[in-house]
Amino acid sequence: MGLSRRDFLKVSASGGLMLASNLTPVPGLAREPVHLLPDAQGILYDATVCIGCKACMTACKEYNHLPPDHYHPDNIWDDPVDLSAKTINIVKLYTNGTGVAKDQEKNGYSYIRRLCMHCVDPSCVSACPVSALTKDPNTGVVRYNKNNCIGCRYCQIACPYNVPKFQWDQAFPQIVKCQLCAHRFPQGGYAACCEFCPTGASIFGNVQDLMKEAKRRLALKPGQMAEYPLRRVDSHDKTPRKVTPYLNHIYGAQEGGGTQVLMLANVPFNQLGLPQLPPGSQASHSETLYHTLYKGMIVPYVVLGGLFYLIYKNTTGHELP
Amino acid sequence: MTDKSSGTNQASRSSLAAAQARSRHEFKPVGGNLITKPFLVLAALALIGIILMLYRYAAGLGAVTNLSDGYPWGIWITYDVLVGTALGCGGYAMALLVYAFNHWEYHPVVRSAVLTSVFGYTLAGLAIFLDIGRYWNGYKLFLPWTVNFNSVLVEVALCIGAYVMVLWIELLPAILEKSPNNKKASLWQHRLERWLPVIAAVGILLPTMHQSSLGTLMIIAGHKLSPLWQTGLLPFFFLLSAVTMGFAVTVFESVLSSLAFKRPFETPMLGRISVGMAWVIVVYLAVRFADLLFRGAPVFTSGFQSFMFVLENLLFLVPVLLLVNPGLRQDLRFIFLASIAMLLAGSLYRFNAFLIGYSPGPGWHYFPAPAEIFITLGILAVELMAYLYFVKRFPVLPTEHA
Repeated sequence: MGLSRRDFLKVSASGGLMLASNLTPVPGLAREPVHLLPDAQGILYDATVCIGCKACMTACKEYNHLPPDHYHPDNIWDDPVDLSAKTINIVKLYTNGTGVAKDQEKNGYSYIRRLCMHCVDPSCVSACPVSALTKDPNTGVVRYNKNNCIGCRYCQIACPYNVPKFQWDQAFPQIVKCQLCAHRFPQGGYAACCEFCPTGASIFGNVQDLMKEAKRRLALKPGQMAEYPLRRVDSHDKTPRKVTPYLNHIYGAQEGGGTQVLMLANVPFNQLGLPQLPPGSQASHSETLYHTLYKGMIVPYVVLGGLFYLIYKNTTGHELP
Repeated sequence: MTDKSSGTNQASRSSLAAAQARSRHEFKPVGGNLITKPFLVLAALALIGIILMLYRYAAGLGAVTNLSDGYPWGIWITYDVLVGTALGCGGYAMALLVYAFNHWEYHPVVRSAVLTSVFGYTLAGLAIFLDIGRYWNGYKLFLPWTVNFNSVLVEVALCIGAYVMVLWIELLPAILEKSPNNKKASLWQHRLERWLPVIAAVGILLPTMHQSSLGTLMIIAGHKLSPLWQTGLLPFFFLLSAVTMGFAVTVFESVLSSLAFKRPFETPMLGRISVGMAWVIVVYLAVRFADLLFRGAPVFTSGFQSFMFVLENLLFLVPVLLLVNPGLRQDLRFIFLASIAMLLAGSLYRFNAFLIGYSPGPGWHYFPAPAEIFITLGILAVELMAYLYFVKRFPVLPTEHA
């Protein structure tokens, strides 16, 4: 080889630096974990209380001005089969075997709502190249600004819940997703799905209060009577209900770094179509790796300097003046 | 080792001086008719592609593609951008070999390698504007107050944009040399030569950055990408496979242009490039399997994904097995075969890491629509037409002296 050992070491040292920063976890450079905001707003959905009336879906469409979503060819039903650019909140149904017992994994059924989980550390916000998706610094709502969006759909790749939807049938398309009815906040409003839920299956409020309420429900004994708040977690309007069994798991407390939409059920969440996620957020993995390589552009500049030195020497036959 | 290498260093320096002295005579246009039968076939494909592109802008992405909310990225990203830019890494790989590793004996193939890179990258950049839904907002990527520096896609986009410009600058000498008697052209030629160390250094740094970042893109997909491909080493694998694809495409293109224009083959040089490529593949495979072993990835139990994984890595192994034999690496047929296997291996790795290994959940399927495929073929046709035009009219291919 016409390459001297010294030159080889110089190039591989700079390249090796980039590689080494990949291979070895550097805790000093790891991105700080994102914590729940004190005023974070969210939803607690309790599948054991849900009766599958879909009032939340109707209210959602009305207050977000969304068109009907026709699945059946006769075009007279608003019958979405999944989240889409026309449907940002859906009630799904899990069934097994005879499907007679409510909230049972075997020979039972369970409802499950799907909507944007409003992650504490959202992948979509990390992924979006043009800050079209942002996390509200007060309420923590993940909002969408079409004026910035370039329609690259990296948010759809990034979201672990497949929530952001794209208008494939439009020449001038947008991303559509639940924004927790944030447009209704200034007038004192809140998420329409919770406002119109007749049973208290979905309640709106501060996420810390929602978490306390979820823990209270998990501590209740099945068969006993208990009060369930309606519409909002801090509501004085409560309804008595005979407690049914819960799975001891608050979905969203840990998943993917935590979410502002929390869920309770008695059927394992992976059966209900929710992914099993590690406790850390994927955004923090991606950004830690990315910032390790590019923090302050130090590594690229070092590599550039090394390359320039080598090439100068190789093309002119001289050391740098 | 030291004596020998300093000797070759000296030799390469004097050969550099000689190369500069006869630089005008090192490359020359192939000449001949531009409008040939293959050229017309390519033109027809390009026309079909352009008509379908217009339809895409009028009717939306859903009208021409099979993309869905489950598979938001299809072949336009995987083939046109990922494979397209990796096939455009010839200029990168050769610049690394010649300028950084001081192997001036490969200088004759640098220019044609840069030419394929120019078109590969330029068209990949344009394909992005076909794929993004709200293309009129594209300029937001360049506004410091909207751009999100946490987004890996930003690094990829800005870096590819910058590299397209660098590649055109690297191609400028070929364009300027076309008119040797023009005073202004010679002046610019001289200026460019003085800036060569800077241009070459940036031209090596930028692909190193974005080719690795293309791999980093999928980290955030988390569980949606199979553990066969989801790893913190994605940027490393994308970078190494881009370098090997760069060497392979240089060999591939050299053999094909020799065949097409009935020129002598550069067999010994291509053999040496291929051996270098094989060594990089060995490093790639060693790290790839160490990583799989370390993470305990389900290599054989993932059904179709396992099949594609095995196929991908067998294709990586083929060039190593072919080139390990000193007899075979003198034989142009095996050198050519090795380059094809490497191109397929790197392409399949990209398809696996972005499409085949990606599963958004039950119920989602993707296979490209005919219109989607024809648009990609149209882009490829434009690329080949531009290549034919350039090598016939501009001094790109080495003068026949081999």
